[in-house]
Amino acid sequence: MAELTKESSHVAQEESPAPKPPKTPKPSETPAPPAQELGTPTVIVDNLHIVYKVYGAATDAQKGNAANALMRVLRRQGRPQMKEVHAVKGVSFVARHGEAIGIVGRNGSGKSTLLRAIAGLLPPHKGAVYTDGQPSLLGVNAALMKELTGERNIVLGCYAMGMSPNELREKYDEIVDFSGIGEFVQFPMSTYSSGMGARLRFAISSAKTHDVLLIDEALATGDREFKKRSQKRIKQMRESAGTVFLVAHNLDVIEETCSRVIWLHKGKIKMDGDPTEVLAAYNKA
Amino acid sequence: MSQPDSAVADAQAGGGAPESMAALAARHGLRRAIARPTLPAYLRQLWTRRHFILTYATSRNVSKYSESALGQLWQVLTPLLNAAVYWLMFGVILGQSKHIDNYPAFLITGVMVFTFTQRTVISGAKSVSSNLSLIRALHFPRASLPLAYAVQELQQLAWSMGVLVALILVTREPITWLWLLIPVSLALQMIFNIGASLFMARVGAFVRDTNQLLPFITRTWLYASGVFYSITERTANLPQVLRWALEFNPAAAYIEFMRDLLIYQRFPERWAWITCVFWAVFALIVGFWYFWRAEERYGRG
Repeated sequence: MAELTKESSHVAQEESPAPKPPKTPKPSETPAPPAQELGTPTVIVDNLHIVYKVYGAATDAQKGNAANALMRVLRRQGRPQMKEVHAVKGVSFVARHGEAIGIVGRNGSGKSTLLRAIAGLLPPHKGAVYTDGQPSLLGVNAALMKELTGERNIVLGCYAMGMSPNELREKYDEIVDFSGIGEFVQFPMSTYSSGMGARLRFAISSAKTHDVLLIDEALATGDREFKKRSQKRIKQMRESAGTVFLVAHNLDVIEETCSRVIWLHKGKIKMDGDPTEVLAAYNKA
Repeated sequence: MSQPDSAVADAQAGGGAPESMAALAARHGLRRAIARPTLPAYLRQLWTRRHFILTYATSRNVSKYSESALGQLWQVLTPLLNAAVYWLMFGVILGQSKHIDNYPAFLITGVMVFTFTQRTVISGAKSVSSNLSLIRALHFPRASLPLAYAVQELQQLAWSMGVLVALILVTREPITWLWLLIPVSLALQMIFNIGASLFMARVGAFVRDTNQLLPFITRTWLYASGVFYSITERTANLPQVLRWALEFNPAAAYIEFMRDLLIYQRFPERWAWITCVFWAVFALIVGFWYFWRAEERYGRG
Protein backbone atom coordinates (compact mmCIF):
# COMPACT_ATOMS: atom_id res chain seq x y z
CA MET A 1 0.00 0.00 0.00
CA ALA A 2 3.03 2.24 0.31
CA GLU A 3 2.99 2.80 -3.38
CA LEU A 4 -0.45 4.24 -3.32
CA THR A 5 -0.16 7.60 -4.93
CA LYS A 6 -2.62 10.39 -5.20
CA GLU A 7 -4.44 8.33 -7.82
CA SER A 8 -5.67 6.11 -5.06
CA SER A 9 -8.62 8.44 -4.76
CA HIS A 10 -10.22 6.33 -7.45
CA VAL A 11 -10.34 3.37 -5.17
CA ALA A 12 -13.46 3.27 -3.13
CA GLN A 13 -12.24 2.06 0.21
CA GLU A 14 -14.08 -0.96 1.42
CA GLU A 15 -13.75 0.09 5.05
CA SER A 16 -15.70 3.25 4.40
CA PRO A 17 -18.83 2.29 2.55
CA ALA A 18 -20.37 5.63 3.47
CA PRO A 19 -20.89 7.66 0.33
CA LYS A 20 -17.71 9.51 -0.11
CA PRO A 21 -17.80 12.75 -2.02
CA PRO A 22 -17.78 11.68 -5.63
CA LYS A 23 -15.61 13.59 -7.93
CA THR A 24 -15.65 14.52 -11.52
CA PRO A 25 -13.81 11.71 -13.19
CA LYS A 26 -10.72 12.09 -15.25
CA PRO A 27 -9.57 15.00 -13.21
CA SER A 28 -6.74 17.16 -14.37
CA GLU A 29 -4.39 15.44 -11.96
CA THR A 30 -3.09 13.44 -14.87
CA PRO A 31 -1.27 15.40 -17.48
CA ALA A 32 -3.64 14.29 -20.20
CA PRO A 33 -2.81 15.29 -23.72
CA PRO A 34 -4.35 18.74 -24.03
CA ALA A 35 -5.61 17.91 -27.50
CA GLN A 36 -8.05 15.46 -25.97
CA GLU A 37 -11.28 17.22 -25.13
CA LEU A 38 -13.48 15.58 -22.56
CA GLY A 39 -15.92 13.60 -24.64
CA THR A 40 -19.35 12.57 -23.46
CA PRO A 41 -19.27 9.66 -21.04
CA THR A 42 -19.89 6.27 -22.61
CA VAL A 43 -19.21 3.99 -19.66
CA ILE A 44 -19.56 4.92 -16.01
CA VAL A 45 -18.44 2.40 -13.42
CA ASP A 46 -19.68 3.37 -9.98
CA ASN A 47 -18.16 1.66 -6.95
CA LEU A 48 -18.38 -1.73 -8.60
CA HIS A 49 -18.01 -4.95 -6.63
CA ILE A 50 -18.06 -8.34 -8.32
CA VAL A 51 -18.23 -11.53 -6.32
CA TYR A 52 -17.81 -14.87 -8.00
CA LYS A 53 -18.85 -18.23 -6.71
CA VAL A 54 -16.27 -20.84 -7.58
CA TYR A 55 -16.96 -24.52 -7.36
CA GLY A 56 -14.41 -27.22 -6.84
CA ALA A 57 -11.77 -24.90 -5.43
CA ALA A 58 -11.25 -26.78 -2.21
CA THR A 59 -7.86 -27.20 -0.65
CA ASP A 60 -6.62 -30.69 0.09
CA ALA A 61 -7.50 -30.39 3.76
CA GLN A 62 -11.10 -29.51 2.95
CA LYS A 63 -11.64 -32.31 0.49
CA GLY A 64 -13.43 -35.19 2.05
CA ASN A 65 -14.99 -38.48 1.33
CA ALA A 66 -18.67 -39.27 0.98
CA ALA A 67 -19.10 -39.64 4.74
CA ASN A 68 -17.76 -36.17 5.40
CA ALA A 69 -20.01 -34.79 2.70
CA LEU A 70 -23.00 -36.42 4.41
CA MET A 71 -22.02 -34.95 7.76
CA ARG A 72 -21.82 -31.53 6.20
CA VAL A 73 -25.30 -31.90 4.81
CA LEU A 74 -26.59 -33.03 8.20
CA ARG A 75 -24.90 -30.13 9.97
CA ARG A 76 -26.21 -27.78 7.31
CA GLN A 77 -22.81 -26.51 6.40
CA GLY A 78 -22.10 -25.19 2.95
CA ARG A 79 -19.99 -27.06 0.50
CA PRO A 80 -16.36 -26.33 1.20
CA GLN A 81 -15.71 -26.51 -2.52
CA MET A 82 -17.86 -23.45 -2.99
CA LYS A 83 -15.69 -20.43 -2.51
CA GLU A 84 -16.55 -16.82 -2.98
CA VAL A 85 -14.01 -14.78 -4.85
CA HIS A 86 -14.20 -11.04 -4.45
CA ALA A 87 -12.69 -10.26 -7.83
CA VAL A 88 -13.46 -6.54 -8.19
CA LYS A 89 -13.55 -4.44 -5.04
CA GLY A 90 -15.03 -1.03 -5.48
CA VAL A 91 -13.83 0.26 -8.82
CA SER A 92 -15.04 3.63 -10.09
CA PHE A 93 -14.16 5.49 -13.27
CA VAL A 94 -15.70 7.24 -16.22
CA ALA A 95 -14.78 6.38 -19.79
CA ARG A 96 -15.46 8.91 -22.48
CA HIS A 97 -15.98 9.02 -26.20
CA GLY A 98 -12.80 8.54 -28.21
CA GLU A 99 -10.78 7.01 -25.42
CA ALA A 100 -8.84 3.80 -25.73
CA ILE A 101 -8.31 2.50 -22.25
CA GLY A 102 -5.74 -0.13 -21.52
CA ILE A 103 -6.17 -2.24 -18.40
CA VAL A 104 -3.04 -3.73 -16.90
CA GLY A 105 -2.44 -5.81 -13.83
CA ARG A 106 -1.12 -9.16 -12.76
CA ASN A 107 -2.93 -12.43 -13.33
CA GLY A 108 -5.98 -12.56 -11.13
CA SER A 109 -6.16 -8.83 -10.55
CA GLY A 110 -9.71 -8.75 -11.90
CA LYS A 111 -9.07 -7.38 -15.38
CA SER A 112 -11.19 -9.84 -17.31
CA THR A 113 -13.88 -9.77 -14.66
CA LEU A 114 -14.06 -5.99 -14.93
CA LEU A 115 -14.46 -6.22 -18.70
CA ARG A 116 -17.23 -8.76 -18.38
CA ALA A 117 -19.00 -6.59 -15.86
CA ILE A 118 -18.81 -3.61 -18.22
CA ALA A 119 -20.21 -5.81 -20.96
CA GLY A 120 -23.12 -6.56 -18.67
CA LEU A 121 -22.28 -10.25 -18.58
CA LEU A 122 -21.58 -10.43 -14.85
CA PRO A 123 -24.10 -8.90 -12.51
CA PRO A 124 -22.62 -6.47 -9.97
CA HIS A 125 -22.64 -7.55 -6.36
CA LYS A 126 -22.71 -3.91 -5.35
CA GLY A 127 -22.45 -0.68 -7.27
CA ALA A 128 -23.40 -0.26 -10.89
CA VAL A 129 -22.19 0.03 -14.45
CA TYR A 130 -23.89 2.57 -16.67
CA THR A 131 -23.35 2.34 -20.39
CA ASP A 132 -24.36 4.05 -23.59
CA GLY A 133 -25.59 1.37 -25.94
CA GLN A 134 -24.42 -2.20 -25.69
CA PRO A 135 -20.74 -2.75 -24.97
CA SER A 136 -19.55 -5.93 -26.61
CA LEU A 137 -16.73 -8.18 -25.68
CA LEU A 138 -14.44 -9.04 -28.54
CA GLY A 139 -14.44 -12.71 -27.83
CA VAL A 140 -16.35 -15.24 -29.81
CA ASN A 141 -14.11 -18.15 -28.83
CA ALA A 142 -16.63 -19.76 -26.53
CA ALA A 143 -19.12 -20.22 -29.36
CA LEU A 144 -16.73 -21.96 -31.71
CA MET A 145 -16.35 -25.73 -31.93
CA LYS A 146 -12.97 -27.12 -32.75
CA GLU A 147 -14.36 -30.26 -34.41
CA LEU A 148 -16.03 -28.15 -37.07
CA THR A 149 -14.53 -26.65 -40.20
CA GLY A 150 -13.41 -23.04 -40.33
CA GLU A 151 -16.31 -22.29 -42.67
CA ARG A 152 -18.90 -23.55 -40.24
CA ASN A 153 -17.22 -21.76 -37.37
CA ILE A 154 -17.33 -18.46 -39.22
CA VAL A 155 -21.06 -18.88 -39.73
CA LEU A 156 -21.59 -19.98 -36.15
CA GLY A 157 -19.46 -17.20 -34.69
CA CYS A 158 -21.11 -14.47 -36.73
CA TYR A 159 -24.57 -15.62 -35.74
CA ALA A 160 -23.46 -15.89 -32.12
CA MET A 161 -22.46 -12.24 -32.24
CA GLY A 162 -25.93 -11.44 -33.51
CA MET A 163 -25.33 -10.88 -37.22
CA SER A 164 -28.09 -11.37 -39.74
CA PRO A 165 -27.65 -13.70 -42.73
CA ASN A 166 -27.15 -10.64 -44.97
CA GLU A 167 -24.39 -9.25 -42.79
CA LEU A 168 -22.80 -12.70 -42.74
CA ARG A 169 -22.78 -12.91 -46.54
CA GLU A 170 -21.20 -9.47 -46.71
CA LYS A 171 -18.50 -10.23 -44.16
CA TYR A 172 -17.70 -13.85 -44.94
CA ASP A 173 -15.01 -13.29 -47.58
CA GLU A 174 -13.52 -10.44 -45.61
CA ILE A 175 -13.14 -12.70 -42.58
CA VAL A 176 -11.44 -15.43 -44.59
CA ASP A 177 -9.10 -12.90 -46.25
CA PHE A 178 -8.23 -11.16 -43.01
CA SER A 179 -7.49 -14.38 -41.18
CA GLY A 180 -5.21 -15.42 -44.01
CA ILE A 181 -5.80 -19.12 -43.41
CA GLY A 182 -6.58 -19.76 -47.07
CA GLU A 183 -7.82 -23.22 -47.98
CA PHE A 184 -7.56 -24.36 -44.39
CA VAL A 185 -10.98 -22.83 -43.95
CA GLN A 186 -12.39 -26.14 -45.17
CA PHE A 187 -10.62 -28.18 -42.50
CA PRO A 188 -11.71 -28.68 -38.90
CA MET A 189 -10.31 -26.11 -36.52
CA SER A 190 -8.72 -28.89 -34.48
CA THR A 191 -6.20 -29.31 -37.30
CA TYR A 192 -5.10 -25.66 -37.12
CA SER A 193 -1.89 -24.45 -35.55
CA SER A 194 -2.43 -22.25 -32.51
CA GLY A 195 -1.54 -19.17 -34.54
CA MET A 196 -4.03 -20.00 -37.27
CA GLY A 197 -6.77 -20.59 -34.75
CA ALA A 198 -6.06 -17.29 -33.03
CA ARG A 199 -6.10 -15.47 -36.37
CA LEU A 200 -9.42 -16.94 -37.37
CA ARG A 201 -10.94 -16.14 -33.97
CA PHE A 202 -9.75 -12.56 -34.13
CA ALA A 203 -10.98 -12.20 -37.70
CA ILE A 204 -14.43 -13.46 -36.74
CA SER A 205 -14.83 -11.44 -33.60
CA SER A 206 -13.56 -8.20 -35.13
CA ALA A 207 -15.93 -8.43 -38.07
CA LYS A 208 -18.73 -6.65 -36.27
CA THR A 209 -18.87 -2.95 -35.46
CA HIS A 210 -19.50 -1.93 -31.87
CA ASP A 211 -20.35 1.15 -29.82
CA VAL A 212 -18.14 0.23 -26.92
CA LEU A 213 -15.60 -2.44 -27.59
CA LEU A 214 -13.92 -4.62 -24.99
CA ILE A 215 -10.86 -6.57 -26.08
CA ASP A 216 -9.45 -9.26 -23.84
CA GLU A 217 -6.02 -10.56 -24.83
CA ALA A 218 -6.89 -10.72 -28.50
CA LEU A 219 -3.40 -9.93 -29.70
CA ALA A 220 -1.45 -12.51 -27.76
CA THR A 221 -0.78 -14.78 -30.71
CA GLY A 222 -0.17 -14.61 -34.39
CA ASP A 223 2.98 -13.79 -36.32
CA ARG A 224 4.42 -10.31 -36.69
CA GLU A 225 2.60 -9.52 -39.87
CA PHE A 226 -0.75 -10.52 -38.44
CA LYS A 227 -0.05 -8.52 -35.31
CA LYS A 228 0.43 -5.43 -37.41
CA ARG A 229 -2.75 -6.05 -39.33
CA SER A 230 -4.74 -6.63 -36.18
CA GLN A 231 -3.40 -3.48 -34.57
CA LYS A 232 -4.53 -1.55 -37.61
CA ARG A 233 -7.91 -3.20 -37.32
CA ILE A 234 -8.14 -2.20 -33.67
CA LYS A 235 -7.32 1.39 -34.54
CA GLN A 236 -10.10 1.37 -37.11
CA MET A 237 -12.48 -0.10 -34.61
CA ARG A 238 -11.49 2.51 -32.07
CA GLU A 239 -12.29 5.26 -34.53
CA SER A 240 -15.69 3.83 -35.31
CA ALA A 241 -16.44 2.49 -31.87
CA GLY A 242 -16.08 5.49 -29.63
CA THR A 243 -14.53 3.75 -26.68
CA VAL A 244 -12.22 0.77 -26.63
CA PHE A 245 -11.07 -1.17 -23.58
CA LEU A 246 -8.04 -3.34 -24.03
CA VAL A 247 -6.67 -5.95 -21.67
CA ALA A 248 -3.23 -7.25 -22.56
CA HIS A 249 -0.11 -8.54 -20.92
CA ASN A 250 1.91 -7.22 -23.80
CA LEU A 251 2.62 -3.68 -22.62
CA ASP A 252 3.91 -2.53 -26.02
CA VAL A 253 0.48 -3.08 -27.49
CA ILE A 254 -1.09 -1.02 -24.74
CA GLU A 255 1.41 1.77 -25.10
CA GLU A 256 0.86 1.93 -28.85
CA THR A 257 -2.91 1.78 -28.90
CA CYS A 258 -4.17 3.34 -25.69
CA SER A 259 -4.73 6.91 -24.61
CA ARG A 260 -5.28 6.06 -20.97
CA VAL A 261 -4.26 3.17 -18.74
CA ILE A 262 -5.91 1.76 -15.66
CA TRP A 263 -3.77 -0.36 -13.37
CA LEU A 264 -5.75 -2.91 -11.41
CA HIS A 265 -4.23 -4.54 -8.38
CA LYS A 266 -6.11 -7.15 -6.36
CA GLY A 267 -9.43 -5.87 -7.59
CA LYS A 268 -8.81 -2.20 -6.96
CA ILE A 269 -7.57 0.62 -9.12
CA LYS A 270 -4.01 1.37 -8.18
CA MET A 271 -3.42 3.99 -10.79
CA ASP A 272 -5.35 5.61 -13.60
CA GLY A 273 -3.99 8.03 -16.12
CA ASP A 274 -1.54 8.71 -18.89
CA PRO A 275 -0.08 5.53 -20.44
CA THR A 276 3.61 6.37 -20.14
CA GLU A 277 3.27 7.41 -16.52
CA VAL A 278 1.17 4.44 -15.41
CA LEU A 279 3.18 1.91 -17.36
CA ALA A 280 6.41 3.25 -15.93
CA ALA A 281 5.05 2.83 -12.41
CA TYR A 282 3.67 -0.60 -13.28
CA ASN A 283 7.02 -1.75 -14.63
CA LYS A 284 8.74 -0.62 -11.46
CA ALA A 285 6.33 -2.51 -9.22
CA MET B 1 -7.29 8.20 3.28
CA SER B 2 -8.97 8.85 0.04
CA GLN B 3 -11.02 11.71 1.39
CA PRO B 4 -8.45 14.48 1.17
CA ASP B 5 -7.40 13.31 -2.25
CA SER B 6 -10.85 13.39 -3.66
CA ALA B 7 -11.35 16.81 -2.15
CA VAL B 8 -8.29 17.91 -4.05
CA ALA B 9 -9.62 16.28 -7.15
CA ASP B 10 -12.93 18.06 -6.75
CA ALA B 11 -11.22 21.36 -6.25
CA GLN B 12 -9.17 20.77 -9.34
CA ALA B 13 -12.20 19.81 -11.32
CA GLY B 14 -13.71 23.21 -10.77
CA GLY B 15 -14.85 23.12 -7.19
CA GLY B 16 -18.53 22.83 -8.16
CA ALA B 17 -20.99 20.77 -6.20
CA PRO B 18 -19.96 17.12 -6.53
CA GLU B 19 -22.16 15.19 -8.83
CA SER B 20 -22.83 11.56 -8.07
CA MET B 21 -21.93 8.96 -10.65
CA ALA B 22 -25.55 7.97 -10.97
CA ALA B 23 -26.59 11.55 -11.66
CA LEU B 24 -23.82 11.90 -14.23
CA ALA B 25 -25.04 8.75 -15.89
CA ALA B 26 -28.61 9.98 -15.90
CA ARG B 27 -27.59 13.33 -17.36
CA HIS B 28 -25.95 11.64 -20.31
CA GLY B 29 -28.65 9.08 -20.79
CA LEU B 30 -26.56 6.06 -19.83
CA ARG B 31 -28.34 2.98 -18.58
CA ARG B 32 -27.40 0.18 -16.28
CA ALA B 33 -25.75 -2.61 -18.14
CA ILE B 34 -27.77 -5.34 -16.56
CA ALA B 35 -31.49 -5.15 -16.80
CA ARG B 36 -33.94 -7.85 -17.76
CA PRO B 37 -35.89 -6.96 -20.90
CA THR B 38 -39.66 -7.09 -20.81
CA LEU B 39 -41.20 -10.34 -21.97
CA PRO B 40 -42.30 -9.02 -25.42
CA ALA B 41 -38.87 -7.45 -25.98
CA TYR B 42 -37.28 -10.70 -24.90
CA LEU B 43 -39.34 -12.66 -27.41
CA ARG B 44 -38.35 -10.22 -30.15
CA GLN B 45 -34.67 -10.62 -29.26
CA LEU B 46 -35.10 -14.36 -29.35
CA TRP B 47 -36.68 -14.15 -32.78
CA THR B 48 -33.75 -12.15 -34.16
CA ARG B 49 -31.46 -14.88 -32.83
CA ARG B 50 -33.24 -17.69 -34.70
CA HIS B 51 -30.31 -18.17 -37.08
CA PHE B 52 -27.95 -18.62 -34.19
CA ILE B 53 -30.26 -21.13 -32.54
CA LEU B 54 -30.54 -23.22 -35.70
CA THR B 55 -26.85 -23.05 -36.54
CA TYR B 56 -25.83 -23.85 -33.00
CA ALA B 57 -28.10 -26.90 -32.98
CA THR B 58 -26.84 -28.19 -36.33
CA SER B 59 -23.22 -27.55 -35.39
CA ARG B 60 -23.57 -29.45 -32.15
CA ASN B 61 -25.10 -32.37 -34.01
CA VAL B 62 -22.31 -32.38 -36.58
CA SER B 63 -19.55 -32.13 -34.01
CA LYS B 64 -21.14 -34.74 -31.75
CA TYR B 65 -20.31 -37.64 -34.02
CA SER B 66 -17.25 -36.20 -35.72
CA GLU B 67 -14.90 -38.28 -33.59
CA SER B 68 -16.45 -41.65 -34.39
CA ALA B 69 -15.59 -43.71 -37.44
CA LEU B 70 -19.18 -44.17 -38.57
CA GLY B 71 -19.90 -40.46 -38.16
CA GLN B 72 -23.42 -39.31 -38.89
CA LEU B 73 -24.56 -42.91 -39.34
CA TRP B 74 -24.89 -43.01 -35.57
CA GLN B 75 -27.90 -40.74 -35.81
CA VAL B 76 -29.73 -43.74 -37.32
CA LEU B 77 -27.89 -46.48 -35.46
CA THR B 78 -28.54 -45.11 -31.98
CA PRO B 79 -32.35 -45.28 -32.11
CA LEU B 80 -32.19 -48.61 -33.93
CA LEU B 81 -29.94 -50.16 -31.27
CA ASN B 82 -32.08 -48.69 -28.50
CA ALA B 83 -35.17 -50.31 -29.92
CA ALA B 84 -33.34 -53.60 -30.36
CA VAL B 85 -32.26 -53.64 -26.70
CA TYR B 86 -35.73 -52.92 -25.38
CA TRP B 87 -37.29 -55.47 -27.71
CA LEU B 88 -34.86 -58.12 -26.49
CA MET B 89 -35.56 -57.27 -22.84
CA PHE B 90 -39.29 -56.77 -22.80
CA GLY B 91 -40.45 -58.55 -25.92
CA VAL B 92 -38.36 -61.71 -25.80
CA ILE B 93 -37.15 -62.19 -22.22
CA LEU B 94 -40.06 -60.76 -20.26
CA GLY B 95 -42.61 -61.91 -22.80
CA GLN B 96 -44.75 -58.80 -23.03
CA SER B 97 -45.35 -59.59 -26.70
CA LYS B 98 -47.92 -62.23 -25.71
CA HIS B 99 -50.28 -59.54 -24.37
CA ILE B 100 -49.94 -56.97 -27.11
CA ASP B 101 -50.44 -57.29 -30.84
CA ASN B 102 -47.54 -56.20 -33.00
CA TYR B 103 -45.38 -55.67 -29.94
CA PRO B 104 -42.26 -54.46 -31.87
CA ALA B 105 -44.20 -51.56 -33.38
CA PHE B 106 -45.89 -50.81 -30.04
CA LEU B 107 -42.58 -50.80 -28.20
CA ILE B 108 -40.53 -48.84 -30.72
CA THR B 109 -43.14 -46.11 -31.00
CA GLY B 110 -43.13 -45.77 -27.24
CA VAL B 111 -39.36 -45.73 -26.98
CA MET B 112 -38.86 -43.16 -29.71
CA VAL B 113 -41.54 -40.78 -28.50
CA PHE B 114 -40.42 -41.02 -24.90
CA THR B 115 -36.74 -40.70 -25.72
CA PHE B 116 -37.47 -37.48 -27.58
CA THR B 117 -38.89 -35.85 -24.46
CA GLN B 118 -36.40 -37.46 -22.09
CA ARG B 119 -33.35 -36.36 -24.04
CA THR B 120 -34.66 -32.84 -24.55
CA VAL B 121 -35.31 -32.42 -20.83
CA ILE B 122 -31.95 -33.85 -19.77
CA SER B 123 -29.96 -31.80 -22.27
CA GLY B 124 -32.05 -28.73 -21.49
CA ALA B 125 -31.09 -29.03 -17.84
CA LYS B 126 -27.44 -28.86 -18.85
CA SER B 127 -27.84 -26.18 -21.50
CA VAL B 128 -27.10 -23.21 -19.26
CA SER B 129 -24.71 -24.79 -16.78
CA SER B 130 -22.46 -26.29 -19.46
CA ASN B 131 -22.29 -23.09 -21.53
CA LEU B 132 -21.12 -20.70 -18.84
CA SER B 133 -18.14 -19.54 -20.88
CA LEU B 134 -20.42 -18.65 -23.76
CA ILE B 135 -22.83 -16.86 -21.44
CA ARG B 136 -19.97 -14.91 -19.91
CA ALA B 137 -18.58 -13.89 -23.29
CA LEU B 138 -21.49 -12.91 -25.48
CA HIS B 139 -24.83 -11.20 -25.31
CA PHE B 140 -27.86 -13.10 -26.41
CA PRO B 141 -31.17 -14.05 -24.87
CA ARG B 142 -30.21 -17.01 -22.71
CA ALA B 143 -33.29 -18.95 -23.74
CA SER B 144 -31.46 -19.47 -27.05
CA LEU B 145 -29.46 -22.24 -25.39
CA PRO B 146 -32.26 -24.55 -24.20
CA LEU B 147 -34.05 -23.80 -27.48
CA ALA B 148 -30.97 -24.78 -29.49
CA TYR B 149 -30.67 -28.00 -27.50
CA ALA B 150 -34.33 -28.75 -28.14
CA VAL B 151 -33.89 -28.12 -31.86
CA GLN B 152 -30.86 -30.41 -31.82
CA GLU B 153 -32.98 -33.19 -30.35
CA LEU B 154 -35.67 -32.51 -32.94
CA GLN B 155 -33.08 -33.00 -35.68
CA GLN B 156 -32.06 -36.29 -34.09
CA LEU B 157 -35.70 -37.27 -33.90
CA ALA B 158 -36.07 -36.81 -37.66
CA TRP B 159 -33.73 -39.78 -38.09
CA SER B 160 -35.48 -41.79 -35.42
CA MET B 161 -38.81 -41.16 -37.11
CA GLY B 162 -37.38 -42.46 -40.35
CA VAL B 163 -36.32 -45.63 -38.59
CA LEU B 164 -39.67 -45.86 -36.84
CA VAL B 165 -41.69 -45.50 -40.04
CA ALA B 166 -39.53 -48.09 -41.80
CA LEU B 167 -40.04 -50.55 -38.94
CA ILE B 168 -43.78 -49.90 -38.83
CA LEU B 169 -43.97 -50.69 -42.53
CA VAL B 170 -41.86 -53.80 -42.06
CA THR B 171 -44.33 -55.03 -39.42
CA ARG B 172 -47.05 -54.69 -42.11
CA GLU B 173 -49.03 -51.83 -40.65
CA PRO B 174 -50.77 -49.99 -43.49
CA ILE B 175 -50.19 -46.37 -44.42
CA THR B 176 -53.35 -44.38 -43.70
CA TRP B 177 -54.44 -40.76 -44.01
CA LEU B 178 -53.94 -40.57 -40.23
CA TRP B 179 -50.22 -40.35 -40.90
CA LEU B 180 -50.86 -36.77 -41.94
CA LEU B 181 -51.38 -36.04 -38.25
CA ILE B 182 -47.88 -37.20 -37.28
CA PRO B 183 -46.38 -33.70 -37.67
CA VAL B 184 -49.19 -32.33 -35.50
CA SER B 185 -48.40 -34.82 -32.78
CA LEU B 186 -44.68 -34.08 -32.98
CA ALA B 187 -45.28 -30.33 -32.97
CA LEU B 188 -47.34 -30.56 -29.79
CA GLN B 189 -44.71 -32.72 -28.18
CA MET B 190 -41.95 -30.37 -29.30
CA ILE B 191 -43.75 -27.41 -27.72
CA PHE B 192 -44.08 -29.36 -24.50
CA ASN B 193 -40.39 -30.32 -24.66
CA ILE B 194 -39.33 -26.70 -25.15
CA GLY B 195 -41.35 -25.61 -22.14
CA ALA B 196 -40.08 -28.44 -19.96
CA SER B 197 -36.46 -27.91 -20.95
CA LEU B 198 -36.68 -24.14 -20.34
CA PHE B 199 -37.97 -24.93 -16.89
CA MET B 200 -35.25 -27.49 -16.24
CA ALA B 201 -32.58 -25.18 -17.68
CA ARG B 202 -33.20 -22.68 -14.90
CA VAL B 203 -33.33 -25.41 -12.26
CA GLY B 204 -30.13 -26.96 -13.62
CA ALA B 205 -28.37 -23.61 -13.72
CA PHE B 206 -28.85 -22.92 -10.02
CA VAL B 207 -29.25 -26.35 -8.44
CA ARG B 208 -26.04 -28.06 -9.36
CA ASP B 209 -27.08 -31.54 -8.31
CA THR B 210 -29.88 -31.61 -10.87
CA ASN B 211 -27.79 -33.31 -13.49
CA GLN B 212 -26.95 -36.16 -11.11
CA LEU B 213 -30.54 -36.63 -10.06
CA LEU B 214 -32.31 -36.21 -13.36
CA PRO B 215 -31.50 -39.61 -14.91
CA PHE B 216 -33.29 -41.35 -12.01
CA ILE B 217 -36.31 -39.13 -12.32
CA THR B 218 -36.61 -39.63 -16.06
CA ARG B 219 -36.16 -43.38 -15.66
CA THR B 220 -39.00 -43.52 -13.17
CA TRP B 221 -41.01 -41.47 -15.61
CA LEU B 222 -40.12 -43.95 -18.35
CA TYR B 223 -41.48 -46.89 -16.36
CA ALA B 224 -44.65 -44.98 -15.49
CA SER B 225 -45.40 -43.91 -19.03
CA GLY B 226 -46.52 -47.18 -20.56
CA VAL B 227 -43.63 -47.49 -22.94
CA PHE B 228 -43.30 -51.26 -22.45
CA TYR B 229 -46.83 -52.12 -21.44
CA SER B 230 -50.33 -50.92 -22.11
CA ILE B 231 -51.51 -48.64 -19.31
CA THR B 232 -55.18 -49.40 -19.86
CA GLU B 233 -54.69 -53.15 -19.57
CA ARG B 234 -52.13 -53.20 -16.78
CA THR B 235 -53.98 -50.77 -14.53
CA ALA B 236 -57.44 -52.29 -14.84
CA ASN B 237 -57.46 -53.16 -11.11
CA LEU B 238 -56.11 -49.85 -9.87
CA PRO B 239 -58.31 -47.07 -8.44
CA GLN B 240 -59.78 -44.74 -11.02
CA VAL B 241 -57.81 -41.72 -9.76
CA LEU B 242 -54.48 -43.48 -10.22
CA ARG B 243 -55.37 -44.62 -13.73
CA TRP B 244 -56.45 -41.15 -14.58
CA ALA B 245 -53.17 -39.73 -13.26
CA LEU B 246 -51.11 -42.24 -15.26
CA GLU B 247 -52.95 -41.44 -18.46
CA PHE B 248 -52.77 -37.70 -17.87
CA ASN B 249 -48.97 -38.00 -17.70
CA PRO B 250 -47.74 -35.97 -20.69
CA ALA B 251 -45.28 -38.61 -21.92
CA ALA B 252 -47.98 -41.28 -21.87
CA ALA B 253 -50.38 -38.95 -23.65
CA TYR B 254 -47.94 -38.22 -26.51
CA ILE B 255 -47.04 -41.91 -26.79
CA GLU B 256 -50.66 -43.01 -27.00
CA PHE B 257 -51.42 -40.27 -29.49
CA MET B 258 -48.67 -41.52 -31.78
CA ARG B 259 -49.71 -45.16 -31.36
CA ASP B 260 -53.25 -44.24 -32.33
CA LEU B 261 -51.95 -42.79 -35.57
CA LEU B 262 -49.36 -45.42 -36.45
CA ILE B 263 -50.62 -48.69 -35.04
CA TYR B 264 -54.26 -48.64 -33.98
CA GLN B 265 -55.29 -46.61 -37.03
CA ARG B 266 -57.84 -44.56 -35.21
CA PHE B 267 -58.42 -40.87 -34.82
CA PRO B 268 -57.25 -39.91 -31.29
CA GLU B 269 -60.08 -39.36 -28.86
CA ARG B 270 -61.09 -35.95 -27.69
CA TRP B 271 -59.56 -36.70 -24.28
CA ALA B 272 -56.18 -37.39 -25.89
CA TRP B 273 -56.34 -34.16 -27.87
CA ILE B 274 -57.18 -32.13 -24.78
CA THR B 275 -54.35 -33.68 -22.76
CA CYS B 276 -51.74 -33.18 -25.47
CA VAL B 277 -52.72 -29.58 -26.23
CA PHE B 278 -53.05 -28.72 -22.55
CA TRP B 279 -49.54 -29.96 -21.70
CA ALA B 280 -47.99 -28.18 -24.68
CA VAL B 281 -49.56 -24.80 -23.82
CA PHE B 282 -49.09 -25.15 -20.08
CA ALA B 283 -45.42 -26.19 -20.28
CA LEU B 284 -44.54 -23.51 -22.81
CA ILE B 285 -46.07 -20.65 -20.83
CA VAL B 286 -44.81 -21.76 -17.42
CA GLY B 287 -41.37 -22.79 -18.71
CA PHE B 288 -40.83 -19.60 -20.61
CA TRP B 289 -41.97 -17.34 -17.84
CA TYR B 290 -39.91 -19.19 -15.26
CA PHE B 291 -36.77 -19.10 -17.38
CA TRP B 292 -37.15 -15.44 -18.30
CA ARG B 293 -37.55 -14.38 -14.66
CA ALA B 294 -33.90 -15.27 -13.96
CA GLU B 295 -32.52 -14.00 -17.29
CA GLU B 296 -30.01 -11.54 -15.79
CA ARG B 297 -28.71 -14.04 -13.23
CA TYR B 298 -27.49 -16.80 -15.55
CA GLY B 299 -23.73 -17.08 -15.62
CA ARG B 300 -23.20 -15.57 -12.23
CA GLY B 301 -21.61 -18.68 -10.82
